[in-house]
Amino acid sequence: MSWFSNFLTSSIGRKLIMSLTGLFLISFLIIHLIGNLQLFYDDGGQAFNIYAAFMTSNPLIKFVSIGLYFFILLHTVQGLILWSKNKAAKGSKYAVSNTKTTSFASRNMALLGTFVLAFLFIHMGDFWFKMKFGGSDALNMVTYPGHETAVKDLYEKVAYSFSNPLLVLAYLVGLLALAFHLMHGFQSAFQSLGINHKKYTPLIQMIGLAFSIIVPLAYAIIPIFFFFNR
Amino acid sequence: MKLTLKVWRQQNNASKGALESYQVEANEHMSFLEMLDVLNQSLVEEKKVPVAFEHDCREGICGSCNMVINGRPHGPNQGTTTCQLHMRYFKDGDTIVVEPWRAKAFPVIKDLVVDRSSLDRIIQSGGYISVNTGQAQDANAIAIEKDRAAHAFDAAACIGCGACVAACPNGSAMLFTAAKVVHLGTMPQGEVEESTRVQAMVNQMDEEGFGMCSNTGACEADCPKEISLTNIAEMNRAYLAASLGSQKKS
Amino acid sequence: MKLESKVPEGPLADKWTKYRSTMNLVAPNNKRRIDVIVVGTGLAGASAAATLGELGYNVKAFTFHDSPRRAHSIAAQGGINAAKNYQNDGDSVYRLFYDTIKGGDYRSREANVHRLAEVSRNIIDQCAAQGVPFAREYGGLLANRSFGGVQVSRTFYARGQTGQQLLLGAYQALSRQISLGNVEMYNRHEMLDLVVVDGKARGIIARNLLTGKLERFAAHSVVLATGGYGNVFYLSTNAMGCNVTAAWKAVKKGALMANPCYTQIHPTCIPVSGDYQSKLTLMSESLRNDGRVWVPKKKEDAQAIQQGKKKGIDIPEQERDYYLERRYPAFGNLVPRDVASRAAKIACDEGKGVSPTGLAVFLDFASAIERYGKSAAHSAGIHNPDKAMITKLGEEVVAEKYGNLFEMYEKITGENPYKHPMKIYPAVHYTMGGLWVDYNLETNVPGLFALGEANFSDHGANRLGASALMQGLADGYFVLPYTIGQFLSNEIRTPKISTDLPEFAAAEKSTQDNLTKLIDIKGNQSVESFHRRLGKIVWEYCGMSRSAEGLKKGRQLIRDLRKEFWSDVFVPGTANEFNPELEKAMRVADFMELGEVMMLDALDREESCGGHFREEHKSPEGEAARNDEDYTYVAAWEWDEQDPKVHKEELIFENVELKTRSYK
Repeated sequence: MSWFSNFLTSSIGRKLIMSLTGLFLISFLIIHLIGNLQLFYDDGGQAFNIYAAFMTSNPLIKFVSIGLYFFILLHTVQGLILWSKNKAAKGSKYAVSNTKTTSFASRNMALLGTFVLAFLFIHMGDFWFKMKFGGSDALNMVTYPGHETAVKDLYEKVAYSFSNPLLVLAYLVGLLALAFHLMHGFQSAFQSLGINHKKYTPLIQMIGLAFSIIVPLAYAIIPIFFFFNR
Repeated sequence: MKLTLKVWRQQNNASKGALESYQVEANEHMSFLEMLDVLNQSLVEEKKVPVAFEHDCREGICGSCNMVINGRPHGPNQGTTTCQLHMRYFKDGDTIVVEPWRAKAFPVIKDLVVDRSSLDRIIQSGGYISVNTGQAQDANAIAIEKDRAAHAFDAAACIGCGACVAACPNGSAMLFTAAKVVHLGTMPQGEVEESTRVQAMVNQMDEEGFGMCSNTGACEADCPKEISLTNIAEMNRAYLAASLGSQKKS
Repeated sequence: MKLESKVPEGPLADKWTKYRSTMNLVAPNNKRRIDVIVVGTGLAGASAAATLGELGYNVKAFTFHDSPRRAHSIAAQGGINAAKNYQNDGDSVYRLFYDTIKGGDYRSREANVHRLAEVSRNIIDQCAAQGVPFAREYGGLLANRSFGGVQVSRTFYARGQTGQQLLLGAYQALSRQISLGNVEMYNRHEMLDLVVVDGKARGIIARNLLTGKLERFAAHSVVLATGGYGNVFYLSTNAMGCNVTAAWKAVKKGALMANPCYTQIHPTCIPVSGDYQSKLTLMSESLRNDGRVWVPKKKEDAQAIQQGKKKGIDIPEQERDYYLERRYPAFGNLVPRDVASRAAKIACDEGKGVSPTGLAVFLDFASAIERYGKSAAHSAGIHNPDKAMITKLGEEVVAEKYGNLFEMYEKITGENPYKHPMKIYPAVHYTMGGLWVDYNLETNVPGLFALGEANFSDHGANRLGASALMQGLADGYFVLPYTIGQFLSNEIRTPKISTDLPEFAAAEKSTQDNLTKLIDIKGNQSVESFHRRLGKIVWEYCGMSRSAEGLKKGRQLIRDLRKEFWSDVFVPGTANEFNPELEKAMRVADFMELGEVMMLDALDREESCGGHFREEHKSPEGEAARNDEDYTYVAAWEWDEQDPKVHKEELIFENVELKTRSYK
């Protein structure tokens, strides 16, 4: 195992972990968004609630989600290790700081990541925890025609939560942080994997930029939509 | 032109340093180092200890000169070493802050002079082609595509000044290391040892206490020889191939 | 003292091969017991240290820099010569040998130069194997270009940074030996004395520049590869740290300084712009492949340019004097360096200089841009291209060839050389003189060897372009590692040399006293100001043109300056710390002594040859007039505070006929 642990603790190995876990989380963002878009169905939350019930009960999804939690944890822990090691490697700072040659996002990945993590806690505490462990006191049970098993009415909870302007604001801040985190993280993940090519990198960068704007924006529409429409 | 200089003064590694202010009368045709010469001349005339800074060739190739000028290694101009930076790029009345390279792997020796021997040790760990004198075949025995030789040259243009480390918010030496890995790995003569070379050099780089790359691109922006970030990607690739792909269990 | 060149017997072309196959060897088991000190780790030193390490010797290498990669070899731009004849243009070992002898104005040793030409081919092979990214043709084979003083294309290059790439090759080879433990590297250590025990060089005293401590190092043999002394002129293209100290300390311990007056003034440097100037920047000689040198025909035009009323491009074609093409039709702009430099000086002395100081001539690329533009348009299939198109295409070709040099020029002068002709003026660049060595590269002190620019051996009175890199690497890779065996094979029974010997103690003490003395003067003038004054004297009286009267005056001025230095210099700080001012003071002190010997040597040489031009000795047309009858010798100087003494080695030419050097 020594070669493997040597590799994983080398500077490039650590970067590889950040890159791969980051890319996995990016893919999760897409899946999660597709599911969430069901909130916009004009069916009183039926599709969304059935989907939510499926996602919390299907064994395969459960297995994958354990992986997801692990990767979030790994990405976080590794990111913090990188941050502290890098801070130590730099030693003291310059009296005049230079912000001209690098992007805001690239300089502040750890900070942005911390914001995203904090946002994740709020988000999961509010929805996931209640969905998973909350009893009927937390969420109402509903049944739909053609789907006789009662499911938790997460839709109602979502609508209720997003009537709170403070929570909406917290979401917007969290998603903004995510947008910046992605703006650097997306293309950086490819660079760390060694994928930098004169022909293809501009495309990757373009997709990365589009992704980091469109996806958080799409997520952001949800709280805004509920806040103004309900 | 009249300038206010704020220069980092530090007697030795053990002592604490601080920025000190000086007034200097400069002329726009001077190089930045010649402006510092003027300052030092006046300090010596006042029987004070002049500012220690490293410099040698003063034509942008030896890699000796190293100072952070207003927050930028080698100053504001792209692709320019400190010695090639001329005062015509500053204005009368400017305040200029001059600091040493900052990184844990570059301890300060005195004032603006730092110890960059960590870069030497990275090269010693594997930045060479193992060929003894006299073992070579005819130079034209191996044809090398023109573009490939040019690619190797672009990486080999590194002058080892350490500006990449100084610019990097993480104090990482990835660009320096990658430049050598790519230079040698691109030449057919050096391809042979690439796998052991890249592993040895990355290990040494880590051991020296350099930080890890977070792809900010600060190094590329301040490299006086404009060495490209793509070198780092190439090194990552070579390292992954060497670590995961080779049969060697180390 | 009789100076024995130790040139082996036999026909010129066989000397080296035969000698190499019959010289004494040191067996591998004995090599491990033998210590060699190499001082200086530029091209010559790094390649020697690496090769000696590969052979199995215990090597200790020293540099005053923070890393071997900083040596000034790194700044060589244009290229490296080798008699490969890859271009099929009639080159051969003999032709390279002949060109070098002739270029050196018949003042070098035949056998050494022939050996240099022979091993030049191995150097290119070695460097290619080390991964040096030489320029290549589309077919993937090595490209060549031509340099001054020759009519074949034999110069290998890596853009405008050949020296850098070659030095990095040697540095990497050295780094490998360091990692293998065969070479112990001492960075930031400056040699301040040579230790001679029983007549043999056995060690050095070096100052650890970080701590200021003097340290003793012993070995069976000492190799100096410490470069040239061009900085005696203060303004030169040498790096700020280049110095003569190590070599000079050897001279003070009995080694001889040969031909110190042979200094090379390089014709294409960026002119001086003001008094604050700390150094001069070279523009590679390769530029003369395509650039045309000119000054205005009329003095009034030159004056208008000097006053800024006109620019070079305002002078019409018929009013320009392309003086090199006019005077030397056979070689044109590619005449050797000494000839080109002197011609520029003559033009400026006539008042035709083109900078505010009147000390500059034009180097013009307009016709090259036009020529290349037309050819590029033709190959791109563009018929009847307009002028703008030709210029654009032509500039692209020129940029590909010289882009980095043009950029550097613009950075320094603030003027675009694609639009305006460059302004250039000669500047001190290289010193052909150096420690006297025999065929083995051994000085007259047994066990002390000198390599590269630090010795005098191969370039005579003038060095051809792209030959310095060749010589440095030849000495380091392919000559010294063999010839040092001649000395060391007799030392296999000598046990490790102890640094406790009284000679070491004495050398350390005298060095310490010297340092203390400098610090204790506590005068009023900076080291820098003395250096500037010294440079002005040497440039004025021992520069591009010399006269008996001037040289005598110059010598006296230097002696006076030296006295003043030792009574009024101010060195801040102490000797027991990192103290760059003290380092500089030591070096300037040595330059002052060397400067005097340069004047004496120039005075002794009653002829004009190569870089040495005496106003009393010129042809009616103003060309250098050599005196082969009386001066075909190497002048090797022994230091003496009052009266340095000259020793002579006759130069014997068995294979080439001494001719008046003509490039007409």
